[in-house]
Amino acid sequence: MNVYTPILILGILAFGFAAFSVLTASLTGPKRYNRAKVDAYECGIDPTPQPEGGGRFPVKYYLTAMLFIVFDIEIVFLYPWAVAFDRLAFFGFCEMVVFIITVLVVYAYVWRRRGLEWD
Amino acid sequence: MNPIMASAPALFTIRSVDYRAISPVLIILAVALVSVFVEAFVGRSARRPVQLVLVFGAFLATFIDLITLHATRLVTAAGSVAVDGPALVMQGAIILLAALAAMLMAERMVDPSGDPFAARASSLPGSVDEAEFSARGYFQTEVWPLLLFSVAGMMLFVSANDLLLMFVALEVMSLPIYLMAGMARRRRLLSQEASLKYFLLGAFASAFFLYGMALTFGFAGSVNLGSIADAVSAKPSQSGLLLLAVAMLSIGLLFKVAAVPFHQWTPDAYQGAPTAVTALMATTVKIAAFGALMRVLYVAFGGIRWDWTPMLWIVAILTMVVGSVIAVTQSDIKRMLAYSSVAQAGFILVGVIAVSGKGLASVLFYVIAYGFATIGAFAVVSVVRDASGEATHLSKWAGLGKKSPVTGAVLSLLMLSFAGIPLTSGFIGKFAVFSAAIANGATWLVIVAVIASVVSAFFYARVIVLMFFSEPTEATASVVVPSAFTTIVIAAGATVTVVVGIAPQPLLDLVNNAGLFLR
Repeated sequence: MNVYTPILILGILAFGFAAFSVLTASLTGPKRYNRAKVDAYECGIDPTPQPEGGGRFPVKYYLTAMLFIVFDIEIVFLYPWAVAFDRLAFFGFCEMVVFIITVLVVYAYVWRRRGLEWD
Repeated sequence: MNPIMASAPALFTIRSVDYRAISPVLIILAVALVSVFVEAFVGRSARRPVQLVLVFGAFLATFIDLITLHATRLVTAAGSVAVDGPALVMQGAIILLAALAAMLMAERMVDPSGDPFAARASSLPGSVDEAEFSARGYFQTEVWPLLLFSVAGMMLFVSANDLLLMFVALEVMSLPIYLMAGMARRRRLLSQEASLKYFLLGAFASAFFLYGMALTFGFAGSVNLGSIADAVSAKPSQSGLLLLAVAMLSIGLLFKVAAVPFHQWTPDAYQGAPTAVTALMATTVKIAAFGALMRVLYVAFGGIRWDWTPMLWIVAILTMVVGSVIAVTQSDIKRMLAYSSVAQAGFILVGVIAVSGKGLASVLFYVIAYGFATIGAFAVVSVVRDASGEATHLSKWAGLGKKSPVTGAVLSLLMLSFAGIPLTSGFIGKFAVFSAAIANGATWLVIVAVIASVVSAFFYARVIVLMFFSEPTEATASVVVPSAFTTIVIAAGATVTVVVGIAPQPLLDLVNNAGLFLR
């Protein structure tokens, strides 16, 4: 039991600090409610501005996030290959080239369809 | 060299991959990438012809490749791909049916405003943009790379000998179809609803498959089907974990074959999707899903068949009964064909339950015969139209046989095949499946199946009666004369149904010589 006591104390401290911070902020902080304040992330930008009665809304953020994932995954596979580059030898090199070509095709498509332009 | 790395055991062993054996999948994937490239760099007006050449060229090359590979029986890529008889037969059938579905997708004569797909799928249904894009005669060619990726996924799905690869193939097969289902030119809201429902429920089913895979790994310590089979026979004691794993993997796969109670998406997705895409979903996806289901159950869990066959009995009976009974009440031909495909999945499951080489061969025969009849039926549905597009409500079909005797006769033939009337391929298929089940002692199941097929014969016959025994009215739809594309599909569906019905021996030999799954 004794060995777990520090963990228990740490847990109580962490919980206590979180409760204290939220409580203090709500008691002492200024309260100025407005529309931007209740938006997601309080960043002042409506993520999905919807015209009255429905309509088109910009998907720029989603597009950027999707493209990020494509290239993020590329890096995820490139790191382990870089670590074991010598062991994987020429076979691994060929496989990575094939993989990068597939991502390159996606890149070419996105570029030509103006997915990389903001406006 | 880094001393830590040098002393560590080898992190990777490079496994040999038999590229020749997996070349059919590689051809389709390579052409799919080229096809994306075409989308990026070829001018708008030249895209469609180039894509059509690429797609049909890829299908032709792959089919020839499969014929040269027909005697190959091996497991490659570290045991994750099995190139065996059943896989090759199903891959060949998938290629042929996908080529026919591609012809329906390329059809531009039946709809005055163009091919079956929306001018811009991103435009809001009913908006000014949509009208403008249509008026300018825009059309989308992205469906072609999507089709190729989906077909590559299906081909990999039927030869995946590893649960992880099978899951990847499942997603590669499904994601493009979710997209294509939402791209109809007409009745776009219905189409988008179909797409969203299919996607959400499909993602839900995939989660079951993944959880089943995790539990299987917990039991067997491997995701390779052969290693799972070894672990199952090495630990013969009952394990609740293992049974749960089998059940969850089965749910993921039974969703794709549209078995009750995992069929809820079928009527909405089949009705809302463009008919060409519905034809693809109802034929190739069904073949691929049955292939994967049988491979998992036979190869990995064959050792505990007495534990999972009761579960499959219940699913098969529910599927046959619910599919047949609810189809009777449908008033839309696409929804009726959807419930019919649910009922047919039940009949095919009867063959799956006969866990034997004979059962496997009978299922292969059935899915191929059913695939050609189904694609013919959806091709007929796509040419029966009125001013608002496809006339899918059955009231508009009254007297159609008198107005257009050839179309009526072809559809009647296909309906008779679905019902299992002698001298059609459907009869031979049902006979093969039922006799395989009886040989394995599932007599009661076959009795239920025969009763269900009598019920199903009622609604198939109702369409024939409606077309030929009532007088045409003003509301009766008319048959549009299609281009060679749809004509070929209808002719192929009808021809295969009759020829296989009268002379089934070549196809029976093909499926019987395919042999068993490798492991």
